[in-house]
Amino acid sequence: MRPTSALLRKELRLEWRSREVVPAMALFSVTTFVVFHFGLQKDTVDGSLAAGVLWVTLLFAAMLGANRLFVSDAQDGALEGVLLAPVDRTALFVAKAVAFFAFLALVEVVAVPAFYLLLLGPSAGDAVPGLLAVLVLADAGIAIVGALVSGMATQTRSRDLLVSLLGLPLLLPVIIGAARATTPLFALGGAGSLPGKWMAILGLYDLVFGLIAVAVFDFLLEE
Amino acid sequence: MPSPPSPASPAIELDALERRYGERVALAGVSLTLPAGATLLVLGPNGAGKSTLLRVLATLLRPHGGSVRVLGDELPERAWAVRRRIGYLGHEPLLYRDLSARENLTLHARLHKVAAARVEELLADVGLAARADDPLHTYSRGMVQRCAIARTVLHDPALVLLDEPRANLDPGAAEILEPLLAGRTRVVTSHDPAEAERADVVLGLRAGRPHDLEGLYAT
Repeated sequence: MRPTSALLRKELRLEWRSREVVPAMALFSVTTFVVFHFGLQKDTVDGSLAAGVLWVTLLFAAMLGANRLFVSDAQDGALEGVLLAPVDRTALFVAKAVAFFAFLALVEVVAVPAFYLLLLGPSAGDAVPGLLAVLVLADAGIAIVGALVSGMATQTRSRDLLVSLLGLPLLLPVIIGAARATTPLFALGGAGSLPGKWMAILGLYDLVFGLIAVAVFDFLLEE
Repeated sequence: MPSPPSPASPAIELDALERRYGERVALAGVSLTLPAGATLLVLGPNGAGKSTLLRVLATLLRPHGGSVRVLGDELPERAWAVRRRIGYLGHEPLLYRDLSARENLTLHARLHKVAAARVEELLADVGLAARADDPLHTYSRGMVQRCAIARTVLHDPALVLLDEPRANLDPGAAEILEPLLAGRTRVVTSHDPAEAERADVVLGLRAGRPHDLEGLYAT
């Protein structure tokens, strides 16, 4: 665990210094909700439309973050310095994924209240506990796939394009699952219960892609 | 489990090493044996394959042909074991520019399981103690190179791979290098034939192939 915690500390410290990932993602999310607020010409949305707006916005914000995940590593050969250490490269993946999860959570601290304010009615407050559960499961999937795809793309010239091209299709099940799980929470007339099936699908996705990522990350960083 | 080489056994054994970038041959037919504790100087013009050779030895590039043994371990199969016993100083510092010298070295100390006291010792040795908490992007190139040298020897490697190590260093700073490298097997690249005086073995490279030192730089 020592290398993983050292690498995670480095990730958090770099973001604290540069503030490149989280503010950009948060600003993007809030701006997009403002655009939806005016574009939809509605004061409030509910059900599947509300769920769709929330998750598509968070997904694109996450892609923005995934694109920046290895930027500091690519400068001055810093990643090679880490790769030269006698450390299992899985430690690097775990540190990146946990850091990305933390970044997503921080963004949502700003983005979700903005979403409530701009697009949900005042009665939507009772959806919060259920929404938190969906956010945790969906964020885990996004963080795992985001770190995996970003690591894969870091050695290539078209990094920005590749992260989106690979990340968006791979994250489609997360968006479907998260949107379906969230839809009853935003139902008109009060939050319904969380659909267990979609929560289970999200959990299964996290488990499967977590295992795949641990298995292949070492090979992805080979030249 | 291969045992660490004794002082008498070779630190590096290359046999018909080959490395390509796509179709382009970067190294071919490179064979040599370097005894432990010796210094190998790799000379050659730009694009001769000097840096590629170092990167293969550093486990950053896979060999495409021939055999490579470093400190008794075959590459690329035993790359993991080799990494703990080599130090690599490349053209780039291999450090995070938004972290300070102390933070960078502490990160590498943790990855190499080296005591924190070694970081402080090295910061003093390379003359960066006074600026140790400033981010690297505020340093001059020479100061960044000093920090990269500290990273290279942080884990007390038996073999150091140095790609033009005196680049960006003033003459005073270049003197810092020597005590830090004492007692280690060295592979050094350079454009300067005068450095051959300090080497035990000299390898001339031209267009990726071994070449006589005479006419090495002929156009």
